[in-house]
Amino acid sequence: MSAARTPALETRALRKSFGAAEIIRGVDLTIPRGERHAVIGPNGAGKSTLFNLISGLLLPSAGEIRLDGAPVGGLPAYKINRRGLSRSFQVTNIFPKLSVWENVRCAVLWSRGEKYAFWRSVEANPEIAQRTQQVLSEINLIARKDLPAGVLTYAEQRALEIGITMAGGASVILLDEPTAGMSHAETERAVDLIRRISEGRTLLIVEHDMSVVFGLADRISVLVYGEIIASGTPAEIRGNAKVKEAYLGEEAH
Amino acid sequence: MAELILISTLNGVLYGLLLFLMASGLTLIFSMMGVLNFAHASFYMLGAFLGFQISRWAGFWPALILAPVLVGLAGAMVERFGLRNVHKHGHVAELLFTFGLAFVIEELVQIVWGKSPVDFRTPALLDFPAFTVFATNYPAYKLFMLVISIAIFVGLFVMLTRTRVGLIVQAALSHPHMVAHLGHNVPFVFMSVFGVGAALAGIAGVIAGPALVTQSSMAALLGPILFVVVVVGGLGSLQGALFASLLIGLLQTFAISINLSLSDILAGSGFRPEPNTLLGDLWRVTVAQIAPILPYVLLILVLIFKPTGLFGNRET
Amino acid sequence: MSDAILRSASAAAAQTGIGRLAPYGAWIAAAALLAALPLVFRSGTALTMLSLMGIAIIFALSYNMLLGQTGMLSFGHAVYYGLGAYFTVHAINWAIAAALPIPLLVMPLAGGLAGLLFAIIFGWVSTKRSGTAFAMISLGLAELVGSSSLILRSFFGGEEGVTTNRTKLVRLFDWNFGPQIQVYYLIAAWCLLCIALMYALTRTPFGRMCNAVRDNSERAQFVGYNPQVVRYLAFCLSGLFAGVAGGLTSINFELANSALFSAVQSGNVLLATFIGGAGHFVGPILGAVLVTYLQNMLSDVTEVWQLYFGLMFIATVMYAPGGLAGLIMMHGPIWRAGALARLLAAYALMLVPIAAVAVGAILVIEMMTHLGVKAAEGTTMKMLGVSFDAKSALPWLLALALIAAGGALSRLGWRRVAAAWDEAQAKARDKGLAL
Repeated sequence: MSAARTPALETRALRKSFGAAEIIRGVDLTIPRGERHAVIGPNGAGKSTLFNLISGLLLPSAGEIRLDGAPVGGLPAYKINRRGLSRSFQVTNIFPKLSVWENVRCAVLWSRGEKYAFWRSVEANPEIAQRTQQVLSEINLIARKDLPAGVLTYAEQRALEIGITMAGGASVILLDEPTAGMSHAETERAVDLIRRISEGRTLLIVEHDMSVVFGLADRISVLVYGEIIASGTPAEIRGNAKVKEAYLGEEAH
Repeated sequence: MAELILISTLNGVLYGLLLFLMASGLTLIFSMMGVLNFAHASFYMLGAFLGFQISRWAGFWPALILAPVLVGLAGAMVERFGLRNVHKHGHVAELLFTFGLAFVIEELVQIVWGKSPVDFRTPALLDFPAFTVFATNYPAYKLFMLVISIAIFVGLFVMLTRTRVGLIVQAALSHPHMVAHLGHNVPFVFMSVFGVGAALAGIAGVIAGPALVTQSSMAALLGPILFVVVVVGGLGSLQGALFASLLIGLLQTFAISINLSLSDILAGSGFRPEPNTLLGDLWRVTVAQIAPILPYVLLILVLIFKPTGLFGNRET
Repeated sequence: MSDAILRSASAAAAQTGIGRLAPYGAWIAAAALLAALPLVFRSGTALTMLSLMGIAIIFALSYNMLLGQTGMLSFGHAVYYGLGAYFTVHAINWAIAAALPIPLLVMPLAGGLAGLLFAIIFGWVSTKRSGTAFAMISLGLAELVGSSSLILRSFFGGEEGVTTNRTKLVRLFDWNFGPQIQVYYLIAAWCLLCIALMYALTRTPFGRMCNAVRDNSERAQFVGYNPQVVRYLAFCLSGLFAGVAGGLTSINFELANSALFSAVQSGNVLLATFIGGAGHFVGPILGAVLVTYLQNMLSDVTEVWQLYFGLMFIATVMYAPGGLAGLIMMHGPIWRAGALARLLAAYALMLVPIAAVAVGAILVIEMMTHLGVKAAEGTTMKMLGVSFDAKSALPWLLALALIAAGGALSRLGWRRVAAAWDEAQAKARDKGLAL
């Protein structure tokens, strides 16, 4: 298998139980490098659990997770992150007391080799400030960079969330409902941003907004009760009978 | 030797049960409200001193009923007017509030009763030897303490698992929001649990007062051990608290009666370190002398081998 | 935060051409201030208090590396303070005995290294947990070390502790550090150095990640950092500076004893840091100065000064969790908007009712003291120059009346203050100085 063919992200027979309740019941997912892949499904299907498993917040009960061909199941979250996987959160998960600038900068530090350095100034390496500036202009928050992140508006915080996720230059990006709670205009801007930052990277996105999903994704997987019932291009999914049945009454905006 | 083992076991179990009386209230409060009540040992101390004062005026038996009730009320007031306001500032602030409270309670006790031990006597009714084992008399009062502690636990267990109130409390332990949505007054439940937890500590104080020393340093001496119990047992686990309480109770009680040091055990080895050196100190220290710090040694060991505690799975 | 102010101040100064010196301006001013203080406060007691303040500042700042910077609440920080003191005393005694040419100036380093070493050892175990469990572990460890110090008499000297003589080391500039003023300058120099180093640490990648781990340790994992390593490192460095403070204290008193490990010592630094304000770099400095001052002054005035401290602490936790520094910084935007004067006028309205409540409460506490523990000395007492009998009903009624009236008036006045605050905030917002 050549390096180009190794899927960026792969799960095989992935299972997760909480006590007697099995939430993820054998998920097989293969996401080639550079693909934009969406995961949709009704509430309670286990989408966030799936993300938590892949990103290292939860331990799999069974099955494999591979990042660029290397197994990562059971590794702590920070190790998986260092191997090039980054994620955003459904409930905004930023550093509220730090300024917007600091929030993004923290996300840049490890990727620039700063590690736990306590003997040099954080401003010693100009690349860090440059990259921070770059990310901030991508997410359009330069004007707000000195404010504590906790006082930003909801949409601005969601944008910051995405900024923190991509700042480290991860090659696989997981976005958990990035446009939740956004107005139509904000959603459009967010989709634009997501399209730009996922250029040349692998994207796995969970979304409820079908226009976002169908407009952005190369392929879609449908997760229902912890199992993938269908996986394919947007056209295939739209025509799939099982998907229509699962989504009856769940038609989105 | 056999008599020593029997007496030590009885005393160790007694001490462990006393610890559990307090640790159970502490664990309940922690499980429900997420806050570790630093002032819990202070409620124990208040129970002892109020018990002493009331027994001076009205006798031991009224004190046994009244003192815990007063401490429970004090606990409820603390929750209602203090903790509830601090809740919005987060867990660290809540812990700090209870820390300040412990400080203030100790100072208040010192103001009213002074720093020396007070003469809290066992009630005349129970001031006789219950039975004689080999040559030692085992006081009836200690048996009384044992019986009362077990009775309280049985009562608590029954209440938690068989009554409606108990079911609500159990539900609120893990899902306070849901319980609120069902129409129950969750703030009232919190206040009651805090009050009952405090009252449990208060009862422990009243019954322990005559047997152990009643002094303003009680809380400061017992507090750290109490927290070791809950961390070793596993924060939030009642079985863990019981296990750790008994373990530490027995450990300390047995250790105190062992007057051996390394120099005694290894006397035949001929190894004789100089008296005034570090090694000499370690060589000559007896198990009885290190008995007070054994709980902390246990803490370190548990932390190295099982950081979440013996029965715990909760990360705070 | 304070560095935003520093940045804007230095930016402004740069424009006027003294740019190169400006970022160091605050430090030069601080050094000048420390050097000049003994010229203003000349008495023996004042010098002693200044020395104690200097030590307390280093200790409190080291504590805030844990609490305010990394969000770690420790109840056992005195361990590293005490160990630093003991190791410094032994180092001095050893240098004297071996006639080594090591000046006293360098000796606190021994304390620092001891603090660092033990923080490395104990920290490995302590930082396996975070939050509440970490706090309890720190308490347990403090008890362990405190009790062990009484068992290991050879090193710790039992209850009497270990003494030393700071004047017997090789002299620099003909100072033997006998007089308190020389000790003050030693402490002041180390204080300035430690403040500078600890401030510099906050400007490093590590320092920034400490704040990040404090705010959201889960998120910190997802930017590649292991929160446990960050906390462990913070713990070790904070132990280093606590050890320096311990070393200075043993030099100051020429003694190290097991009281240094006590819960009182750990509690005091927590009090000082929190009351000063854990959320700002200068907070612990303010807190250390204030608490040292109050401890020395209050203990002359009343027997139960510890109780007042406890109450002050609880009041801070409940009503001003940002501490003194937090309160001051809160008014920054309002002052810049020029709306401070009116707000202060509204505050002044509250002074009398609050003072009434305070006087009433103090009366009750002092009377209780005289009726309780001090009853043997008789129940007449003196307050504000007026003597009365604590047993009579009149002072009690007066106290309760003061509390009731003051409390009621405070509630009324509070609404005025809240309105004045909103007004001042709105003004600051209009000028773009606040949010």
